[in-house]
Amino acid sequence: MQELIESEKPVVDEAPLAVEMRHIRKAWPGVVANDDVSLSVREGEIHALVGENGAGKSTLMNILYGLIRPNSGEIAIHGQTVRISGPRDAIKLGIGMVHQHFMLIPPLTVAENIVLGHEPGGTYSRYQQQQARERIAEISRQYGLHIDPDAVTGQLSVGQQQRVEILKVLYRGAQILILDEPTGVLTPQETQELFVVLRGLVAQGKTIIFITHKLREVLELSDRVTVLRRGRVVGHLITRDTSKEEIARMMVGREVLLRVDKTPAKPGDVLLRVEHLTADSARGLAALRDVSFEVHTGEILGIAGVEGNGQSELVEVITGLRKATGGHVWLGEHAITNKTARQVRREGVAHIPEDRRESGLVLSYTIGNNLILGRHRWAQFSLRGLLLRLKQIFSWATRLIREFDIRAPGPITPASALSGGNQQKIVVARELSAEPKLLVASQPTRGVDIGAIEFIHRRLVAQRDAGAAILLVSAELDEIRSLSDRIAVMYEGRIVSVESPEVSEERLGLLMAGASAAAAES
Amino acid sequence: MFLSELGKLLVSANLWQATLQFAALLLLPALGGVISERSGVVNIAMEGMMLTGAFFGVMVALATNSVVIGVLAAILTGGAMAFVHAFFSIQFKAEQIVSGIAINLAALGLTSFLNYALTNGQGVSTLNASLRIPSLDIPGLKDIPFIGPVFLQQNVTFYLAVAALVATQYVLFHTNIGLRIRSVGEHPQAADTAGIDVRRVRYLSVITSGLLSGLAGAFLSLGINGIFNTNMTAGLGFIALAAMIFGKWNPLGAAGACLIFGLGEALQNRLQLLPLTGVGIVDTPLHSPSLVAMVPYLLTIFALVGLVGRATAPAADGIPYEPGGE
Repeated sequence: MQELIESEKPVVDEAPLAVEMRHIRKAWPGVVANDDVSLSVREGEIHALVGENGAGKSTLMNILYGLIRPNSGEIAIHGQTVRISGPRDAIKLGIGMVHQHFMLIPPLTVAENIVLGHEPGGTYSRYQQQQARERIAEISRQYGLHIDPDAVTGQLSVGQQQRVEILKVLYRGAQILILDEPTGVLTPQETQELFVVLRGLVAQGKTIIFITHKLREVLELSDRVTVLRRGRVVGHLITRDTSKEEIARMMVGREVLLRVDKTPAKPGDVLLRVEHLTADSARGLAALRDVSFEVHTGEILGIAGVEGNGQSELVEVITGLRKATGGHVWLGEHAITNKTARQVRREGVAHIPEDRRESGLVLSYTIGNNLILGRHRWAQFSLRGLLLRLKQIFSWATRLIREFDIRAPGPITPASALSGGNQQKIVVARELSAEPKLLVASQPTRGVDIGAIEFIHRRLVAQRDAGAAILLVSAELDEIRSLSDRIAVMYEGRIVSVESPEVSEERLGLLMAGASAAAAES
Repeated sequence: MFLSELGKLLVSANLWQATLQFAALLLLPALGGVISERSGVVNIAMEGMMLTGAFFGVMVALATNSVVIGVLAAILTGGAMAFVHAFFSIQFKAEQIVSGIAINLAALGLTSFLNYALTNGQGVSTLNASLRIPSLDIPGLKDIPFIGPVFLQQNVTFYLAVAALVATQYVLFHTNIGLRIRSVGEHPQAADTAGIDVRRVRYLSVITSGLLSGLAGAFLSLGINGIFNTNMTAGLGFIALAAMIFGKWNPLGAAGACLIFGLGEALQNRLQLLPLTGVGIVDTPLHSPSLVAMVPYLLTIFALVGLVGRATAPAADGIPYEPGGE
């Protein structure tokens, strides 16, 4: 099998071009998203399109799918020059796109979402549920993507929703599939399942363009790579002839440290003490079952675990966003159990929430206003708590933008105009600039590109070295292992073990899957 | 005394005939609202579209001496007002509430002015029977006790409203077109990427709401009243809007709400005439027709809070679509 794939590789290199984009340029007032970008993708290959957030990957693919019209440049599909002026044209040409934020309609059923726009019977027909089901079952079988067509889409897991998206694209007869950061929202297991599906699709003759900034995935999955940086192509690579380091350097434009550079921790006194904490989830089920641990000043305690094992609830209880049903949280000598978020903050706790769009930022606010959220009552920023001191806010924001390398025109740009990585830097800047005693960092680098990850990691370590206690929650095992001084593993609302950062990935995996500490030993 | 009178009233054919008539009058614009908002365009302009339809229906019927042409004119002018709303909301991405208010005010001003100008300030006089939308008149059937007057002697427009209800429910939930309308109202980006022309669906949906509201205007002026009076809709379009929300943006739900409003309206009209002896509020300030008129709406609020629960609008209702945006 291995040999078969090896011998097929040269064929891919000589396969005809499925997609050719030539000299594409797209500019908005003040921003050039794509500048003379050319991309060629061969039939039957998995082509990785990589670059940092804001490098222009999504713009380029939205142009190919007809959602954005380029200012200049041309596109050829299977050798024919074409005009794509909307998704309808792209679909006719056999191009399908799975968007980063799913294009699914939550209240509709899976079948309705899949056939939408191309329903059996055509525009003026009754909705033919049975035919829709049969067509979907057929495609499900052909590509091994199983799903209940009558399920309500909004109630599916993220991985299942992505499956619906892929089925939707296949239902429309796509030969060329574009996937925009498909793994950003998936668990490691779901990612592996996705890769199996994608390899299966290629084996059946499909062509795949895969947008990502995760280097590990590029190396694992792709045949060839195109690297974009700040709207320009900086390299075409053949995957088996390249390395993580080379791609990272091209993406960022300088050498990138893929390992975190830190000295051993010098832990001080206990700062955060959690004792026998219990709490319920939003659904009213027990989420925390007798959780106890301590975090010292000057150390990073990482919480590892498969998402949904109580990490989110733990963070919420500590930061005052969720009521504990029992137990205590101590910050030094002060009990902060069930205090409000405002009181907890006043005690010196900062919080980088897991979802910046949902709870980290007010996206429609300016960067400046986002940088003083929760601090708007400070004398520095407000007159007697009534009027905002706009000048001070402006200069404060200008300083933080420089200090935290937030790539933005200025403090009055709305946060929504920035890329994910820069949005995250706003949150990090706000929380770190409060000089907290305790920093609770939840998924601090989710959906952030490698340059920004490196930066955020460095700042977290610096904060630790300055004497802060840091509680780090992350679904990325690499992140937990490289940043933490101690690792607590959570499973079903309990801390099942506390490990040293040298623990093997295998043992960590076993603990996260629910094996007892003793069992993981053998 | 009061209670026995009330009992008699509740089983009278007269009460239920009025209930159904009023309900049908509200139902047409309410269905229009459902279609428009299901496609993602907030529509509070049914009032203005109705009023426009009511006016032009009467004027065109008088000018052409044809009730059929009058009704068509009412429908089309209602549709034209809706087109204006669609144009501002979809083309210019205007704030839809503001556009709706503008249309309501413009319709009131336009019809009042034209009514004055075209009749030299006299206003139109009551229409001849030949220029009014007739009621159903089937010999034999109409004499069935209760059933006859309540169901079989209604104005022709009533039956059109019932047909519109069935059609709207069927189209929205059992056809491909309905699937597309709902998808555009929930998640226009998703609909666009699925190859659906979001603007076209929204235009057609909003215009349909105008056509239905215009027909309701004709029902009011050419059907029920046989005359046009300045501001004769007097808030009916807003009650229809409430019925749409009460009915959770569902045609059948809206119809149920219209029935409740219709019963309330019919009841309060008749309650005002009932002797209130025995209830103990005669000669108190509470014995006021205006207060009685409030009762159905108060009941509605309680019903809304207590029984229906939170109503959720289509997710993209009122949000202009930006292609390529997130």
